[in-house]
Amino acid sequence: MTLPSDQYGALAFSMRGISKSFGSVCANEQIDFMVRQGEIHALLGENGSGKSTLMNVLSGVYRPDCGSLEVFGKQRFFHSPGDAIRCGIGMVYQHFKLAESLTATDNIMAGLSRTQIADAIRSVRQAADSDGHEDKTAAPIRSSGYRKNWKSDLVRRFASRFHVEFDPDKPASQLSVSEKQSVEIIKVLIRGAKILVLDEPTAVLTPQETKRLFGVLRNMRDRGCSVVFISHKLGEIMELCDRVTVLRKGRSVDTLVVSEVDTYDLVERMVGHKVELEIARPDPNPEHEECLRVDSLSYLDEKGVRKLSGVSFSTFYGEILGVAGLAGGGQKELCEVIAGIIRPDGGAIAVDGESITGLSPRSISAKGVSMCFIPEDRLGMGLVASMGMVENVLLKEYAFQKGIFIHSDAARSKSEQIVEELDILTPSISHPVRLLSGGNIQKVILGREIHLKPKLMIAAYAVRGLDIQSSYTIYRLLNEQKARNVSVLYIGEDLDVLMALCDRILVLCQGENMGIVDARNTTKIELGQMMSGTKLEVLRSGVDYVSNR
Amino acid sequence: MIAILTRPEFIASAISFSVILLLGTLGELLTERAGHLNLGVEGMMLLGGSFGYYAAVQTNSLLITFLAACLGSGLGALMYGFLTVTLRVNQNVTGLALTMFGAGLANSVGSKVAGTTTPEAIRAYFLYQPFHIDHPSNDFLKYINRAFLSHDLFVYSAILLAFILAVFLFRTREGLALRLTGENTAAADASGIKVTRIKYMYIVLGGMLCGLGGLYLPLVQQGSWTDSMTAGQGWLVVALVIFVRWHPIKAIAGSFVFGALSILGYYVQLNPDLSAMPIFNQYIMSMFPFLLTIIVLVIASARKRAWSGPAEIGHSYFREDR
Amino acid sequence: MFRIAKREKSSLSDSFLFRILGFIVGMGLSMLFIGVLGHNPFKSMTTLLSGAFGTANAFRNTLTFAIPLATTALGLSVAFRMKFWNIGGEGQLLMGATAAMFISMVTGPNTSGWILIPTMLIAGFIGGAVWAMIPGIFRIHLRTNETLFTLMMNYLAIEFVKYLYYNLWKDPGRSGFPGIKSIQTQAFLPRVMGVSVGVLIPVVLTVVVFILVNKTKPGYEIRVVGESEPTANYAGMNVKKIMLGGVLLSGGIVGLAGAAKLAGETFTLTESLAGGAGFTAIVIAWLANLSAPIILVVSFLFAALEQGAQTIQLRLGVPAAVAEIIKGLMLMSFLGSEFFLRYRLIYDRRKPVKQQILVEDKPVCSGDPPATLGSEGKEGET
Repeated sequence: MTLPSDQYGALAFSMRGISKSFGSVCANEQIDFMVRQGEIHALLGENGSGKSTLMNVLSGVYRPDCGSLEVFGKQRFFHSPGDAIRCGIGMVYQHFKLAESLTATDNIMAGLSRTQIADAIRSVRQAADSDGHEDKTAAPIRSSGYRKNWKSDLVRRFASRFHVEFDPDKPASQLSVSEKQSVEIIKVLIRGAKILVLDEPTAVLTPQETKRLFGVLRNMRDRGCSVVFISHKLGEIMELCDRVTVLRKGRSVDTLVVSEVDTYDLVERMVGHKVELEIARPDPNPEHEECLRVDSLSYLDEKGVRKLSGVSFSTFYGEILGVAGLAGGGQKELCEVIAGIIRPDGGAIAVDGESITGLSPRSISAKGVSMCFIPEDRLGMGLVASMGMVENVLLKEYAFQKGIFIHSDAARSKSEQIVEELDILTPSISHPVRLLSGGNIQKVILGREIHLKPKLMIAAYAVRGLDIQSSYTIYRLLNEQKARNVSVLYIGEDLDVLMALCDRILVLCQGENMGIVDARNTTKIELGQMMSGTKLEVLRSGVDYVSNR
Repeated sequence: MIAILTRPEFIASAISFSVILLLGTLGELLTERAGHLNLGVEGMMLLGGSFGYYAAVQTNSLLITFLAACLGSGLGALMYGFLTVTLRVNQNVTGLALTMFGAGLANSVGSKVAGTTTPEAIRAYFLYQPFHIDHPSNDFLKYINRAFLSHDLFVYSAILLAFILAVFLFRTREGLALRLTGENTAAADASGIKVTRIKYMYIVLGGMLCGLGGLYLPLVQQGSWTDSMTAGQGWLVVALVIFVRWHPIKAIAGSFVFGALSILGYYVQLNPDLSAMPIFNQYIMSMFPFLLTIIVLVIASARKRAWSGPAEIGHSYFREDR
Repeated sequence: MFRIAKREKSSLSDSFLFRILGFIVGMGLSMLFIGVLGHNPFKSMTTLLSGAFGTANAFRNTLTFAIPLATTALGLSVAFRMKFWNIGGEGQLLMGATAAMFISMVTGPNTSGWILIPTMLIAGFIGGAVWAMIPGIFRIHLRTNETLFTLMMNYLAIEFVKYLYYNLWKDPGRSGFPGIKSIQTQAFLPRVMGVSVGVLIPVVLTVVVFILVNKTKPGYEIRVVGESEPTANYAGMNVKKIMLGGVLLSGGIVGLAGAAKLAGETFTLTESLAGGAGFTAIVIAWLANLSAPIILVVSFLFAALEQGAQTIQLRLGVPAAVAEIIKGLMLMSFLGSEFFLRYRLIYDRRKPVKQQILVEDKPVCSGDPPATLGSEGKEGET
């Protein structure tokens, strides 16, 4: 499996026999993983295959149960992320670790030792020298006297070495998602990271931003750094990476040279058996009968940030309408406003012509509108994490029972039915749902909601965190609902899936509707441009519009 | 009323009264900047006060008095730290437990020195007023002298400390590390900051400051020990930290306001016309600091964005949490 | 070197074991502190026990102490279920007593006890509920920090009662020491074998609270709101209404405790009527894990502690404040024991990073079982 080391660079690090379990779940089992200097190495695996766990072991966040780690030829055992940083390993986490109220500079500089600061200053100076031209503003960082913003100067100039840009004086809360990612990257580079680990970095980016990130990463590789790129998106791996290690169910399966394999091969190794990558898409109900109608909906959140502005669209029976957009683009609020969980500031919502604007979920169902909503935050909103299935099924039923006492017999038999129908793996129906796996948790919600026999189904990020098998089960269930003439509103993040599953796709950008395209003839480029703020009319009118982002 | 508020004696005693609150606020502020809400201020103040006062009576040594106060309150804070940092227990309940434990231990220790007064040797230290002008030349100077310059070294040190802490928090690397820990512990950890050490350090240090604040009460202000003598001041401190928005320099002004309000009742009683009015009744006036606290809390919640403290407050950090 | 791992779930026996350990550690630490304070810890403890249970009279006193404690803890447990940190029990209790006092003062001397007592109890409920409602409303609509708000309400209540005591309700007929007149004699709760019938209140409430929380719709709603407000919203519950109801009920029950104490024990209103019961009840509710039947038992034990502490002060000169020490330490060690239910400590033989850099380690597999530790356990991280 190991390639002769002289063919590429020397080993940057090697992990051997790494095991890590959480309770009874074995996330990593005897994993071997080796990365060379000067390569971009993909770590491929489904959700739950142990990629993040392995990288958290590498970056000192988790302590492995057993196994050994060698970094630049030395045996290491990390007790904290600080240890890993000192050995040159920098991790950019999927969920950014930034203090929202502190500026980008403070976020980057906090915890730097004096020597690290000195090194950073030296490297910036050297870069300025080698560029030859004398940069006047750059002259003395922290040389004489007290200069208030030497820190942000340093950060700005350090970042520009890597062709990364952001405003170092802005609080992190005001940075865009891709800027936050840049801050994270600079944060680890300024600590002298020679090995950069990125956990699903493209999940939150538009196709255009992804391209820019790839540029930065290639640049790093050319400087001799190693990059570990965690992903489950095959296209990106084929485009960017040199080698790929495939994980499956917590074990390392193979390490391959990317140019020697194709995507089907990779998927098979990743899943363990042949899978049909095609998502079925039955034809929608041709009658175009309107179900949900949303008219110039606006919503301001508690902090006064406009999350939705003038969104209008309709959904039809027997179709899946996809909603695409960057994280925080208003998708969550759109769902919650329609489901009646939060009140809109303006606009109208109607189902079958009946207005449900501003009604609570219970008054909506009292009006006879059967709608179900599968929220993004399953354990925090869709379910009561510490209760069992029965009490969670009761959540949607108890209000319609007579008298003051709770009757759980019906919910009990319904729970058993759901377990059977959807193959839910649970020790018992009273087992706390938070202890179930992600896929099973999602099935519990779906099962409960489908049993409500809805006309309109809203599913937000229904496959987030699920493995391929479970994801396809969810797609199948959604398609079943479509076949039953239910109108489905599907909020997704993977453009490939949206384009394969949905009939039409609505793109939201900062709470505005950028337009609705036919999923059968659109491109990722087009969706990406809409996601970053170009309206469909503008795109299609042929005006040469260059996105300013 | 205005006459009372501008009396130099009133201002002077408001200042000396607010020292207790100021030290407590600075201490609690440090703790909260590390992401921990310690509701046990009342307990730690009492611990510091009783241990310190006991040591003063027993040893007549100022140094040992201070050390004992730090020991008592530091011990309480350390217990809190062990429970909330290492054992990751709910911070609110632990704080309440500390209040209870602290009050119990302090009253037990205090009962051993009941009926004594601060020894002269100790009292002498606090009679020294470094900025006092002996013969002020004009009325203005007289006023300033009486109101602001006639305090002991302890008072000025506390105010100086507030400035030092402000520089520490906003101008030093260590201060930045502390702030990041309180804002996002995981980020601090990932940046190589030793978060456990930082948390312990500032929880204990903060506790000691509270204890020194509590010490001033029996040692100087009252000159003797009374059971549970802080009478809610520790709780005012918790609200004060919100009021001053976690900023040490604002803490000076904030604690002055609360200190003034706390003793206002006493000065109003000296005026028979005012004290006859029901609103200025002694007991109604004792409510004012607590009412102001409530107002602060309500404003803080209505203006969440500007008044929200370090984001990690109340959360336990476990690195392997997913 | 220990490292910490999360426990998925803990068995009932583990939970029992660690709580027992917590109790032992708490007791041990308490005795240590009593010893350090210069008293004989063993003698103190035995005297404490005999002071609480030794004689019929002592036992009666303990029961009398237990009434407000248990009632208050039951009331607080309702709020705690919703994660509404009502630590204003002291004030709610006092205001309950004040409201009951008010009824006794305004009714004529000929009012029958059969009317007067229930009216006073209802007034007590309302008094406590109103006092809890004020912070409750702010919490519900503005998310004001209820912990501090309810706490401040305690001090307001104390100052308010002082005001009544020394001014508004001062008994003019009294010479010398000021005070409020006693309640009407027909409002005294009847006694059975020396204990006021008020003792029935916590017993009945235990059943009511237990059924309410576990078997009824409002109880289910309260539990869901406590677990996750977004989920409650999602399920179409009116979180504001549910929370307000819960807060009113919580404060009301606590207020009832105040009325019962007034009518069954003190017969007059003073600012120290609550006597710390509001705080002790927090400890009780927490130690009992908010379960109504356990609250009843724990309250009895804490009442014994309070009663016993009075005895050791009288007989041995040990300050009664040690009761507070014991309470605080008990709570802390129980809290600490929860850690061992949620996490496991694993002994790690690998060397710390500084020494290991030069050492050529072989990969080590720690297949050994987790080391079980008592509550005094070592620090987990280095």
